[in-house]
Amino acid sequence: MGMTMTQKILAKHAGLDSVCAGQLIEANVDLTLANDITGPVAIREMEKAGFDKVFDNTKIALVMDHFAPNKDIKSAEQCLECREFAKKHGIVNFYDVGAMGIEHALLPEKGLTAPGELIIGADSHTCTYGALGAFSTGVGSTDLAAGMATGKAWFKVPSAIKFVLKGQLRPWVSGKDVILHIIGKIGVDGALYKSMEFVGEGVSSLSMDDRFTICNMAIEAGAKNGIFPVDDKTMAYIKDRVHRDVTAFEADADAEYEQTIEIDLSALGLTVACPHLPENTKTIDELGHIEIQQSVIGSCTNGRIDDMRAAAEILKGRKVNPNVRTIVIPATQEVYLQCIEEGLTKIFIQAGAIVSTPTCGPCLGGHMGILAHGEKSISTTNRNFVGRMGHISSEIYLASPAVAAASAVAGYICAPDELK
Amino acid sequence: MNAKGRVFKYGDNVDTDVIIPARYLNIADPKELATHAMEDIDAEFVKKMRPGDIVVATRNFGCGSSREHAPLVLKENGVSCVIAASFARIFYRNAINIGLPILECEAAANGIDDGDTVSVNFDTGVITNETKGETYQAAAFPPFIQSIIKAGGLLKSLKERGE
Repeated sequence: MGMTMTQKILAKHAGLDSVCAGQLIEANVDLTLANDITGPVAIREMEKAGFDKVFDNTKIALVMDHFAPNKDIKSAEQCLECREFAKKHGIVNFYDVGAMGIEHALLPEKGLTAPGELIIGADSHTCTYGALGAFSTGVGSTDLAAGMATGKAWFKVPSAIKFVLKGQLRPWVSGKDVILHIIGKIGVDGALYKSMEFVGEGVSSLSMDDRFTICNMAIEAGAKNGIFPVDDKTMAYIKDRVHRDVTAFEADADAEYEQTIEIDLSALGLTVACPHLPENTKTIDELGHIEIQQSVIGSCTNGRIDDMRAAAEILKGRKVNPNVRTIVIPATQEVYLQCIEEGLTKIFIQAGAIVSTPTCGPCLGGHMGILAHGEKSISTTNRNFVGRMGHISSEIYLASPAVAAASAVAGYICAPDELK
Repeated sequence: MNAKGRVFKYGDNVDTDVIIPARYLNIADPKELATHAMEDIDAEFVKKMRPGDIVVATRNFGCGSSREHAPLVLKENGVSCVIAASFARIFYRNAINIGLPILECEAAANGIDDGDTVSVNFDTGVITNETKGETYQAAAFPPFIQSIIKAGGLLKSLKERGE
């Protein structure tokens, strides 16, 4: 029986000719990732268990992005713990303030993730790198500690759902709308323990940034990973970033999928996930009048240059509604600089938005935009759980950068075309 | 190995943000962190629960973030077992890796109510609802996962194997 793309990558890294769904394997990892929240727990667990060496100081990434720049003394102590660990073990890919960006935007940008590789990260959105044709998945701190110490991780080989993408997205509709539509369709546990494999002629029309956004939120459907095939766009993206041999795996023609779902990209509309689950989706015309007090444009889901450009195109020459605090967060220093060079930063500031240094910040209710009781935010982030961005009675509506920018101007959730 | 306790029952999709809100993830001390367990879904949880008590939920328990702080605060509060119809995959791994017993059992998740007294036999996977006089059979763990649990967590099992 044939293997899915994910199963082929897992088999290769486990040193096996083939694997099948449900099989328990131990695989070699190409990269491990932790941040300032999960890193300290992993470091303590590793040291407590008596592991005093890392498996490879070039294959560990530590990114200070969640509560950094340090939002308080406790957060500063956590970053310090990571910094000292990085120094002690000579961790090459330690990203501190000044070099750091939001981890899942940063690692692909730095060429640390590549097609065919196996990456584990102590952050649930590690599944983002599937956009490059890699197997990547989120784990906890203890798994990460084991990975840092041994270079290995255990997996149950997942079965898969095949998403066949057809057609092309209409104007303003983006990768965010694709993944919100899918989560709305299959539910927050619709792909539990499984791979989401995206294939079909529609793939080639999606930008890399769209693919990153789609894979990023695979976890929001409960998936183990999301993955795209490797094509010309992938190779163009990695060309000046990855300087090592890469392998483009393809699913076998007779690979077995639990389910096949066809998605007609040209039929998708702007989509919003209503409180308090990412599966509570509506198209924007079904939504009704919802006034907002905050708009967040950024995060590991939508803080890349395509996202910044989409928001700027709408905010150019306009002012945000005085009742809407509009917070733009380019995900990395490279994206930030590009915003400056392309004049996007000026557009944001002239529109009355603020532009923050890279941080996860408000996405998980850390800092830089916390909601008071009863407040509503439109947000390009990935989760709208109770209390995620602040008070437990506050509400988050998830949407694309275009919708978040248009809503910031209108003062209520709306489509870009509704603006005068 | 067995567990017995009163049940705290929750519904579908209990996410890690309500198990331990991210605003507390700058706290390093597990004991201090544990005082905020379940705060955003059940503000009384920490006050009401007694060591040995059992958390029961329906589908997709522990969805969302990978934070290991979530199973950790339950364990730190003395939760003896979590039973659910299904678990989000990262929570499932984390619980096993840190030695918090969890059982997947749809019949138990549907049959057990808040406040019931439940006992669990981890060797057989039999869950007994002493309040209602019902029993439910949970699936056994594969041997590989049993070996992690037996060693007291993933890192200890790796050490035992001489890694």
